Amino acid sequence: MLSIKNLKAGIEDKEILKGFNLEVKAGEVHAIMGPNGSGKSTLASVLAGREDYAVTDGSVQFLKKDLLEMSPEDRAREGLFLAFQYPVEIPGVSNINFLKTALAEIRQYKGLPPMEAKDFLKRVKEKQALVELQVSLANRSVNEGFSGGEKKRNEIFQMAMLEPVLAILDETDSGLDIDALRIVANGVNKLRAPERAFIVITHYQRLLEYIVPDFVHVMYNGRIVKSGTKELALELEEKGYDWIKKELGETIEA
Amino acid sequence: MAKENQILEEITGGEYKYGFSTDIETETAAIGLSEDTIRFISNKKQEPSWMLEARLKAYRYWLTLEEPKHWPHLSYPTINYQDIIYYAAPKKQQQLSSLNEVDPELLRTFEKLGISLEEQKRLSGVQSTIAIDAVIDSVSVKTTFKETLAEKGIIFCSFSEAVQEHPELVKQYMGSMVPYTDNFFAALNAAVFSDGSFCYIPKGVRCPMELSTYFRINTSGTGQFERTLIIADEGSYVSYLEGCTAPMRDENQLHAAVVEIVAQKNAEVKYSTVQNWYPGDKNGKGGIYNFVTKRGICAGDNSKISWTQVETGSAITWKYPSVILKGNNSVGEFYSVAVTNNKQQADTGTKMTHLGKNTRSTIVSKGISAGFSNNSYRGLVRIAKGASNARNHSQCDSLLMSDTCGAHTFPYIEIKDKSAIVEHEATTSKIGEDQLFYCRQRGIDAEKAVALIVNGYCKEVLNQLPMEFAVEAQKLLAVSLEGSVG
Ligand SMILES: Nc1ncnc2c1ncn2[C@@H]1O[C@H](COP(=O)(O)OP(=O)(O)OP(=O)(O)O)[C@@H](O)[C@H]1O
Ligand SMILES: [Mg+2]
Repeated sequence: MLSIKNLKAGIEDKEILKGFNLEVKAGEVHAIMGPNGSGKSTLASVLAGREDYAVTDGSVQFLKKDLLEMSPEDRAREGLFLAFQYPVEIPGVSNINFLKTALAEIRQYKGLPPMEAKDFLKRVKEKQALVELQVSLANRSVNEGFSGGEKKRNEIFQMAMLEPVLAILDETDSGLDIDALRIVANGVNKLRAPERAFIVITHYQRLLEYIVPDFVHVMYNGRIVKSGTKELALELEEKGYDWIKKELGETIEA
Repeated sequence: MAKENQILEEITGGEYKYGFSTDIETETAAIGLSEDTIRFISNKKQEPSWMLEARLKAYRYWLTLEEPKHWPHLSYPTINYQDIIYYAAPKKQQQLSSLNEVDPELLRTFEKLGISLEEQKRLSGVQSTIAIDAVIDSVSVKTTFKETLAEKGIIFCSFSEAVQEHPELVKQYMGSMVPYTDNFFAALNAAVFSDGSFCYIPKGVRCPMELSTYFRINTSGTGQFERTLIIADEGSYVSYLEGCTAPMRDENQLHAAVVEIVAQKNAEVKYSTVQNWYPGDKNGKGGIYNFVTKRGICAGDNSKISWTQVETGSAITWKYPSVILKGNNSVGEFYSVAVTNNKQQADTGTKMTHLGKNTRSTIVSKGISAGFSNNSYRGLVRIAKGASNARNHSQCDSLLMSDTCGAHTFPYIEIKDKSAIVEHEATTSKIGEDQLFYCRQRGIDAEKAVALIVNGYCKEVLNQLPMEFAVEAQKLLAVSLEGSVG
């Protein structure tokens, strides 16, 4: 469903993504790991359509459409969801109202009428339970005064509510306590479906014990430098990134 | 929740929706201002001589004044006061049989504005009944629910009618909060005011419905100078709403109103405004100059006056709804949202004057500026000597939508009593790219995202408005800010 070819993007004159390639099929879970600053969040932002980054080369197909041509909101409406590494606060706007608006927009894009109030509330209840989000949090202003962990959990709640086709989770596990990690992972697992794919950006193998990926990729210096299965994550956990950097030494210097 | 959503659904096209004008036969005074103009107006209204005298006195005083151009943070060309029509009224149709009947064309005008002058109870459960005084140009054309209200002893009528029917009340209170000597525009208003609303809530009566006045400027070249007087006798309560619109015209039209409120012992008055005068076009051509003096006095102990305003329209807004806290334990509140876009300018705020003991005031001001506009908050908190244990809390927030607009805060504090506690907080922020992107990533387009974020930003103020007004206000905020982000 997602096909990224030779993607190059950056900010001003700094190139951050330097020829990134990735194929994601429906039903798959891809984990992306990699040292700080390797470009993982940038990749997520570029896919989501953040205008601060200029795409200089390459192509991205999403559901057979040219993703890079679409506005951020249309990408979302087509089913692309990004769980942010740093979710923002929107004071005075209740989480529920926010989601209701988002859902209505997405449905309108698909030519559907807004959801009936009772169906919507049913979905809220159901998804709240899925991520064990406190009712009070769902009613509060979007992320305002939420703890770091609560924000992350709220991202997953939103994802569950919007039922995307492709979800990109950017370090959703960082800052979560052990229970929250399990809950979030559990939430993701329940949403795994043959028609849905995930890109999970993480630093920790621990998350991947809960959300078992089909593929693990190592990103370094703006591109994928190694791909494997879940065992690769274990190996990274054990040995760090140095061995990969060394393996690549010459090519990267060049 | 349902409420907010309804609003969002209703946000549609961004043009000024009320810019049409109505073709009605209008009777006007000759252009310009002189003692003759004042006599003409007074005569039209068949006023008693004391009223005419009061007008002339104000006029002669006004002649000695100069327009306040130095202190407000506003800039506009000099107004030629001889170039304005001071009185315009729809001509009474011959065939109308009863006095209560209104020209159908006028009814249609108000219908188009979403104002029903029919008295039927609204069916849907959420909407409460509202009594409306409809003022077009210089006259009140219809006041609804007068009889129903009269059963409770409530007087709700046009100001002109009050002058005829309740001269003792008018004489006693008119000018007691805003004397003609108060300022340039108040003096002008006292001289040429044409109509407005009058309400009196008797002792111990809780007004069973919202009272509201809808002001409409229609005729080209005219100014509107209305006066509103609200008297809440001991232990009474009333919630009063004011709405306003005007046709889109290339010219600048002057609106200089005076509103006076008095709250006696244990009485409470809630005054809400959604000001949506035509703001002018993108380049700053046309629009209403809105120079308004609004003041209330908490005359008795334990009384309360609360001003809530949502200011989205007008080319220029000059307005400081104030409260004099005279009674002990009295409470004054000011909640304001002022939005300026394109070339609009607003200089608005409040004055809280603490005279009684244990008086409290709250100021919450949210200024939102976009385009090339200028938005200033100007507030004065005065604690007089002997006003022991006075408290004030002020919160003034400014939100900037562009790099070309301006936001300014001018808070003045005068404390003459040591026991006072006065707190002032102010913030200025720029609408967050991150917030916008976050919304867009969830499928909400930029325009709707701005509306959502701004409504959230103003929530504290919007929450003060009666339900239907809040809906209206939220829609207006969205419309006013359309096109304000890239
Ligand atoms: N808006 C920006 N302005 C300037 N530099 C940026 C910007 N966004 C990213 N960069 C730079 O691009 C590089 C990649 O950043 P990115 O946030 O994508 O890394 P990451 O892999 O997500 O790192 P982490 O694991 O720490 O989250 C970094 O060197 C970062 O400083
Ligand atoms: Mg990152």
